[in-house]
Amino acid sequence: MAAKQRFDHKHILSMEDLSKADIRLILQTAESLKEISERSIKKVPTLRGKTIVNFFFEPSTRTRISFEIAAKRMSADTFSISASTSSIQKGETLIDTARNLMAMNPDVIIIRHSCAGAPVMLADHIEASVINAGDGIHEHPTQCLLDMMTVKGKKGKIEGLTLAIVGDISHSRVAHSNIIGFSKMGAKVRVCGPATMIPIGIEDMGAEVCSSVEEAIDGVDVVMVLRIQKERQKDPLIPSFREYSSYFGVTKRNIGAAKPDAMIMHPGPMNRGVELDSDLADGSRSVILDQVTNGVAVRMALLYLILGGD
Amino acid sequence: MTGRSPMTGFQKMTGHDASLDTPLLLENGRIIDPANRLDVKGDLLVENGRVSWVMPSDRKSSTVPDDTRIIDLDGKWILPGFIDMHVHLREPGEEYKETIESGTKAAAAGGFCAVACMPNTIPVNDCDAVTSFIKARARTGYCRVYPVGSISKGGKGEVLAEFGEMRAAGAVAVSDDGRPVSDSQLMRRALEYCADHNLLLISHSEELSLSRNGVMNEGLVSTKMGLRGIPRCAEEAMVYRDLSLAEFTNRPVHIAHVSTRESVSLIRRAKARGCPVTAETAPHYFTLTEDAVKGYNTRAKMNPPLRTADDVEAIREGLKDGTIDAIATDHAPHSDFEKDVEFEFAANGIIGLETAIPLALALVRDEIFDVTRLVELLSVNPARILGVEGGSLSSGLSADITVIDPDSEFVYTKDIVVSKSRNSPFFGRELKGRAVLTIVGGRTTFFDEELPTGS
Repeated sequence: MAAKQRFDHKHILSMEDLSKADIRLILQTAESLKEISERSIKKVPTLRGKTIVNFFFEPSTRTRISFEIAAKRMSADTFSISASTSSIQKGETLIDTARNLMAMNPDVIIIRHSCAGAPVMLADHIEASVINAGDGIHEHPTQCLLDMMTVKGKKGKIEGLTLAIVGDISHSRVAHSNIIGFSKMGAKVRVCGPATMIPIGIEDMGAEVCSSVEEAIDGVDVVMVLRIQKERQKDPLIPSFREYSSYFGVTKRNIGAAKPDAMIMHPGPMNRGVELDSDLADGSRSVILDQVTNGVAVRMALLYLILGGD
Repeated sequence: MTGRSPMTGFQKMTGHDASLDTPLLLENGRIIDPANRLDVKGDLLVENGRVSWVMPSDRKSSTVPDDTRIIDLDGKWILPGFIDMHVHLREPGEEYKETIESGTKAAAAGGFCAVACMPNTIPVNDCDAVTSFIKARARTGYCRVYPVGSISKGGKGEVLAEFGEMRAAGAVAVSDDGRPVSDSQLMRRALEYCADHNLLLISHSEELSLSRNGVMNEGLVSTKMGLRGIPRCAEEAMVYRDLSLAEFTNRPVHIAHVSTRESVSLIRRAKARGCPVTAETAPHYFTLTEDAVKGYNTRAKMNPPLRTADDVEAIREGLKDGTIDAIATDHAPHSDFEKDVEFEFAANGIIGLETAIPLALALVRDEIFDVTRLVELLSVNPARILGVEGGSLSSGLSADITVIDPDSEFVYTKDIVVSKSRNSPFFGRELKGRAVLTIVGGRTTFFDEELPTGS
């Protein structure tokens, strides 16, 4: 286990709230807990008797399962509520649902919601700790932490690296959290995508905006490719996937601009051949599956730190 | 003899009012009446519901009838009655948010003698039946109520509503407030058709294709918060359309709740070339910025959204130089359960009737404009733009009077709200200045019991 250091956060709502020291502690803790998942008996009693609720208002497989595995490996009791089965469908408000949940006395509520700020609201109204598992187009802090863990695992550090994020920056909570998190840890972050997908003010969050993929990934250590959402039909930001792919796709043709040992990351789920060449996704530079493995470790670390177990 | 007034805090517009038979002397106040170029310490006598005379203190010679009630207003300002030309009273249809009774009571408490209520009720005020209903309900309210009819039937933006019948039933204007008219041809026809019925057209200028899905001002703050933005151009593009239509048809248009620098600039330039346009803004647009939304504060969610400090500065300039003619509150009551939800799902709007005076007075204290201009913005101009009585303290006119104590300091809290709803971003704020006496047609609708009175 990591050396005992103070971790003062009851909730994990945004990368904005975490200091460099907090992030280092989380990553160290995750690194030390990772080994549990490699044992033949993948379970420690650390969080025995704790109750953890997965409260998911949006479809999610990866993140929900990752949290669930993390909680179970630490021996916590978990249960999941999704929007389709909950009272939300019957018109109950988030706060009312949360209060009802509180009557069951959970220790941590993990929330995924389509609305930015829903985790903040939940944290304001209940006693339990709240972890943001993605809120609208705002943030996805645990994804950022697992991405940092993955980068640190491969590169040995974060400070001084250059990261390029390519895709729909406007509507990506992963991009927002990573811009904040990686900048905070001393990495340079570049972003690139069609102008329709670059939000106002992103430079002020610490990102450098590049106009082409070649420019964005020139000499970078990490290329992070975002999912282009097929479901975004109401406000079409690109004419076609075909054109997107030829101008903003990360391909074998343009990846040469990055450092030879540059890693390729994707938060998933991936559209093969749209935002990322299929061969690259499966190639030696790809760390996409490491991201998934590290996701469990980071979430174990957060639950451990929040619940103050030892 | 002095003593506590027999009057209670509030009094409705109907029913027997013995005090109407008794002359009322407002004594020793600062009387500010821009229509008569007056700013003087003096007395004002109300008899039979009308202003009898105004007399400066240094020329005191008039005598008052023996039975006159006297209110000493030393240190207070006596002003022509304030008119809020943009409120939502929610009745009919959403009485859980506000009723005509509760909304007009909030108006009286906030120093308003009259309000113009927007048509987005349920059903929409798009015909004489609804207009008549509102007028009938208002008879037992606490201030004058001027219904604003809908531009289109059902507020759907498709065909014109029956302007003539609504006018006959008491409407003074038509508007698309809350549901903007996207169809420019319909807007043109509405402007033209208003001429036949002597109605003002109040435009909620918003290009919906740019604002849809947006929940706050688009910029760095919205990007950081992960909230979809409403760009300034969503307002400005439609302000320009409406100015262009007004100029082409030579028909007056009134632009509601101006919120951006460029809107102010467009209106200023249009006025300079003679375009028949007037405009209003709301206290929150000259007081708050988008920063108020931080923490996902749904009490700071409204449409148009709070903008930046630069916009606030431009709004203040517009109020000062005459580009913006009126301060209207856009009083928009919503219940707690419509605000205590995810930011994206929260209802737009805040209550404003009871905070307008202190927030506007703050601009006087900041020397943005003087008190004469304040009275123009809250009384003279709204009366002129709507074409209704009021806006002056001339002898013989109906006694609509707002008396304010400019120095009274208080902390605005939920407990002191008169409106039925509690959706304000100003709770906890230290405010200075408030209404202490509101008189409508000689009848005291709101009275601060702390005022020294006698007879």
